[in-house]
Amino acid sequence: MNTDIQVSPETMFTETEIGKQKRWIENVMRIFFLVMTSLMIIPLLLIIGYLLYKALPVLSLEFLFTNPKDNMRAGGLWAPFLGTIYLVVVSLLVAAPIGVFAAVYLNEYARESWFTRITNLAVVNLAGVPSIVHALFGVGAFVLFAGLGESILAASLTLAIMTLPVIIASTTEALKAVPMSFREACWNLGATRWQTIRRIVIPNSISGILTGVILQVSRAAGETAPIMFTGAVFYKAIAEGNLFAYNITEQCMALSLHLFTISTQVPDVTEGIPYGTAVVLVGSVLLVNAVSIVLRIYVRTRKKW
Amino acid sequence: MKNKIEISGLQVHYGDKPALNGVSFDVHPNEILGIIGPAQSGKTTLLKVINRTLEFTPEATVQGSVKLDGVDIDTIGDVYELRRRIGMVLPLPVGLPLSIYDNVAFAPRTAGLRTKPELDEIVERCLQQAALWDEVKDRLDSLGTKLSGGQQQRLTIARALSHQPEVLCLDEFSIAIDPVTTMRIEDVLKTLQTEMTILLVTNLVQQAKRLANRTAFFLNGDLIEIDTTDVIFSENPANQATYDYVNGTFG
Repeated sequence: MNTDIQVSPETMFTETEIGKQKRWIENVMRIFFLVMTSLMIIPLLLIIGYLLYKALPVLSLEFLFTNPKDNMRAGGLWAPFLGTIYLVVVSLLVAAPIGVFAAVYLNEYARESWFTRITNLAVVNLAGVPSIVHALFGVGAFVLFAGLGESILAASLTLAIMTLPVIIASTTEALKAVPMSFREACWNLGATRWQTIRRIVIPNSISGILTGVILQVSRAAGETAPIMFTGAVFYKAIAEGNLFAYNITEQCMALSLHLFTISTQVPDVTEGIPYGTAVVLVGSVLLVNAVSIVLRIYVRTRKKW
Repeated sequence: MKNKIEISGLQVHYGDKPALNGVSFDVHPNEILGIIGPAQSGKTTLLKVINRTLEFTPEATVQGSVKLDGVDIDTIGDVYELRRRIGMVLPLPVGLPLSIYDNVAFAPRTAGLRTKPELDEIVERCLQQAALWDEVKDRLDSLGTKLSGGQQQRLTIARALSHQPEVLCLDEFSIAIDPVTTMRIEDVLKTLQTEMTILLVTNLVQQAKRLANRTAFFLNGDLIEIDTTDVIFSENPANQATYDYVNGTFG
């Protein structure tokens, strides 16, 4: 029997071959992931920096609050900016309640059945439908069949149909994050499902729900295809500075479509204007996203379990 | 003496999988009935049948009858009233994400009680019964979820007492708490026995021996034996499996 295995103090903590290899791989992997993260951030910074640089000559409050002029070769963004706000707000007013309540039903009330399976399947698949397909559906369903004509209402409803599945999915995630044991505890105390939802489930998921809804603002604001056949026009002058200048049964301009138009359809546009339009579009979206991020941080600090 | 609960021919299946195979026994008023047995023997399922929360498990099917004070629980129209008559304490402490006060006031409020003095009285009485009052009386506004595990479990018990149940079911309440707290809660249970009937599901055989007037031994969904605790823990219970389990030969 070999009992004289000796470990000398000098060699005990010197690095073995395997140890060296592990340390090397560890470093390589860390740098690899860091590079990937940078690859994600660098283009974003470049895009925003380039846009700001190019847009600087035109950017001003006046740019935001005056209508486009000279066949959209000069002037500001008021009509398309307000149009985008109308489209986003109306579409969310429709999509957010329906989406949130549908998700509450699916997650809190519905039992596993063919109905819920089909609904969940529809939600997943609708989220993957290209926006141009939603546009065609909007033309058929809202503009023609429902007789809304090309209007803010028809365009907003089309956007709502497009954002609905994602709102349902994000709300479901937020509801699922509330531990099942809370619900069981409530039921054991003789609470109804509704009392459980109102007192425990919703208060503890509302921030997640709102974050999901707010993130859809950026999607609705950025889409061009669903609105160009259903309610957005190339040009329409409205009263400057009046927040109620649009009527939802009429057509409107929109930032995304405006950007497309002045970049590709109108010759001799003042150089800064398309960039300024892009800055306003990206800036508004980032502002709204920032709100949702702040909301999320706020929730984390006062998480209750 | 009338029985508090009468269970006859109770069968429960989860899908095709049996959980309880035709169990029949009675629970006497103001007794502590210990329910022991290894995992998967149907103990938790039994409690869920009694307060009808098994209805939240869609694939579960129940046959047989459970009577509370002689009334079949399936014929009780107001299931929420039934659940208030039965207090339930689950294995892991669940402080609801509300203040300590709101945790205890939750059940009375859902039952429609709104007057502050009455709620105050219930909160104090239940927290005292659960031996938690002295530790939390100065911070009733702080979150129930921020209490330690043992405190949360006593909060859970206070909450279960807040709707003045006639039957208190405890499902392995001591699984996540320290022995000292366990002993304190056991003392609480002995006091509560004068006011209500207690069903004590436990993995700790000795806990049943300490507390229970009678003990039921479950195995794989069958009730093997139910008798006074003295008999179950004696040298000669009716069934050899009971003896083996109680003495740690298996399980």
